[in-house]
Amino acid sequence: MIERLKQINPVFLVLALLFVAIAILSPYFLQPTGYMNFLKRAAPIAILAVGQLYVINSGGFDLSAGALVTLTVIGSSILLDGDASATWWVVLVMLGVGVIVGTANALVVSWLKVPSIIATLGMMITLSGVALTWSGGAPRGYLPENFRFFGRYLIKDVPLIKILPVAVIVMVIVCAGMWWLMHRTNYGKRLIAMGDNPKAALLAGVPLTETRIIAFVVSSVSAVIAGILLGGFAGVSTDVGVGLELQAITAAVIGGAQLLGGRGTVGATIAGALVLQAMFTLLNILGFPKPIRDVVQGLILISAVVIAGYRRRRSGG
Amino acid sequence: MINKFTATALAALVVALPAQAQNFDDPVEFAKQKDMLGAAANGDAETPWLQYYGDVMADTSAYKKDGPHTICFSNAGVNNPWRVVGWNTMQAEVERHDNIADFVVTDAEGSDDKQIADIEDLLAGGTCDALIVSPNTTAALTPAVEKACAQLPVIVFDRGVNTDCPVTFIKPVGGYGFGIQSGEFIAANAPEGSDVLMLRILPGVDVLETRYSAAKRIMEEAGLNIVGAEFTDGDRAKTKAIVEDYIQRGTQLGAVWMDAGATSVAAIEAFEDMGLEVPIVTGEDQQDFLQKWQEIGLNTIAPTYPTYQWRTPILAALKVLDGEAIPGPEWNLPQPAITSDNLGDFVNPSMPPLHYAACGCEDMPGYPERWGGK
Repeated sequence: MIERLKQINPVFLVLALLFVAIAILSPYFLQPTGYMNFLKRAAPIAILAVGQLYVINSGGFDLSAGALVTLTVIGSSILLDGDASATWWVVLVMLGVGVIVGTANALVVSWLKVPSIIATLGMMITLSGVALTWSGGAPRGYLPENFRFFGRYLIKDVPLIKILPVAVIVMVIVCAGMWWLMHRTNYGKRLIAMGDNPKAALLAGVPLTETRIIAFVVSSVSAVIAGILLGGFAGVSTDVGVGLELQAITAAVIGGAQLLGGRGTVGATIAGALVLQAMFTLLNILGFPKPIRDVVQGLILISAVVIAGYRRRRSGG
Repeated sequence: MINKFTATALAALVVALPAQAQNFDDPVEFAKQKDMLGAAANGDAETPWLQYYGDVMADTSAYKKDGPHTICFSNAGVNNPWRVVGWNTMQAEVERHDNIADFVVTDAEGSDDKQIADIEDLLAGGTCDALIVSPNTTAALTPAVEKACAQLPVIVFDRGVNTDCPVTFIKPVGGYGFGIQSGEFIAANAPEGSDVLMLRILPGVDVLETRYSAAKRIMEEAGLNIVGAEFTDGDRAKTKAIVEDYIQRGTQLGAVWMDAGATSVAAIEAFEDMGLEVPIVTGEDQQDFLQKWQEIGLNTIAPTYPTYQWRTPILAALKVLDGEAIPGPEWNLPQPAITSDNLGDFVNPSMPPLHYAACGCEDMPGYPERWGGK
């Protein structure tokens, strides 16, 4: 029994403990509006974290995700300019931008042999510059209601749970798709093989460049989707994406993903994102100001890596 | 806490620089603006952009000149929706006058250095009969404006400069007035002793600091409890997250005071999305806020910093070149507040969400298309 408990990823236990603590401190979270709003706020970071997991499992980092979130919100608001009939093509254009950014990241890493942390850092600075130039540095434009539907709308009068945010549905569908690709297809096996040992994977016939392109494209498209949710949640904002890439990496690491690749699951990464959001919520309820959350995020990132390393040595993995 | 610390540090920094020494909580200026709000402005209330308080006039007979004129304008920038609306209004005003032969405009794009160079270029060009300046920042632009004063009549509006050499400085009643209007409304309408959250764009800008200090003073004197003063950077996502955080902590907010209306709707949405009744959330005259107010039937107030003040400098410049006396060295325009009683006069769904309703532009050439309306 105890042996079996040890097999469970500790992230799930931490998550359960945090939920209990929050519920005791604020009974609001036991009501459907409480926990559904919690999930709604966690949805973008969960999607981003799972997208990031693809790149982490391939053995890299995607630091450009947060800047792409900002670019999505700014770009959408300027392209739309309040015109609801343009929403569909603007969403498609932004997803296309995600595919282009992801492909560019992967090709710079594969062809130019630039380490992904530098390649995506360059992309992050570039995208921030594009967003800043495009917007003139101040929030402009306006997001119409049908664009904001994904991030803001609540389906009311649902049996049992009363309300169901559309953002939570988006999170479930997107994360289910990414789970399937990672854990139920040959692509997922190739990705993890590549992250674990690229040379062995290459000798075994894994097409490294193609595998990497798909991983980076999944990450960038997840950033665009997160951007659509965040823009929908609160409207136009010029720094909505700042620091999100680090939150996504933190969430994946809390979920037990191994930096530099080869080990990490979608389910544990989602749990990691929820742990992060629950931690922020708990600190807020306790009355800590925002900057303290950054300190805590840093501390739990380091702790998570230490604990994961300890567990691997114990299990001989 | 950190925010307060930063604000204090910045305030200390500002006070430490002699050229920029400014008191953002000045009881004399507070009282002066409070009196203006209670007084009747001179002139026709139908054209508030020509109204003024007091009777001190500037003699301009020395500037009398035959037309048609070349009017020059050094703009700080059109980098926010308020300035976009104002700039459109000013261009429409220029079109109304046949004796303006040329309207020469430079856009400093929010840069002090560029604006200083712009003003030098305009002076060197030698074609300007009068110069209008909307300064990017107060202290940095003062020497450039002083230099211009030596050559031609100068009219400053919106933000001020630290010199009285311009013929006049046009602005509405002012930041204290804005804070007084919203502070007094909350003091009178929020539940007694309730918690109030104050949301501010950023520290250190005089017209925003004075709005804050005036409202804070009034609300504290009324026994309300200020639970926090947070900076939003004018960012909707941040605003909504801050308000949600306060709600989640279990704070029963009786009112949310805003130093500007750009993110008022985001603050309202925070309450809506958490399934709560929306308390007093103050705003400004942006259409998105006014429409939301009407739609959900809020009890609130929207002080304005009216964009019709962009009409006044053109009219003032023409009067100066005709040698006609104008209010000076300060020309204070009325600063109306929108209340539930006159809300219907300002709501207009055919205008864009970020249009400022107190533009005084409804009778101008190109309305409403010029302002993005349908």
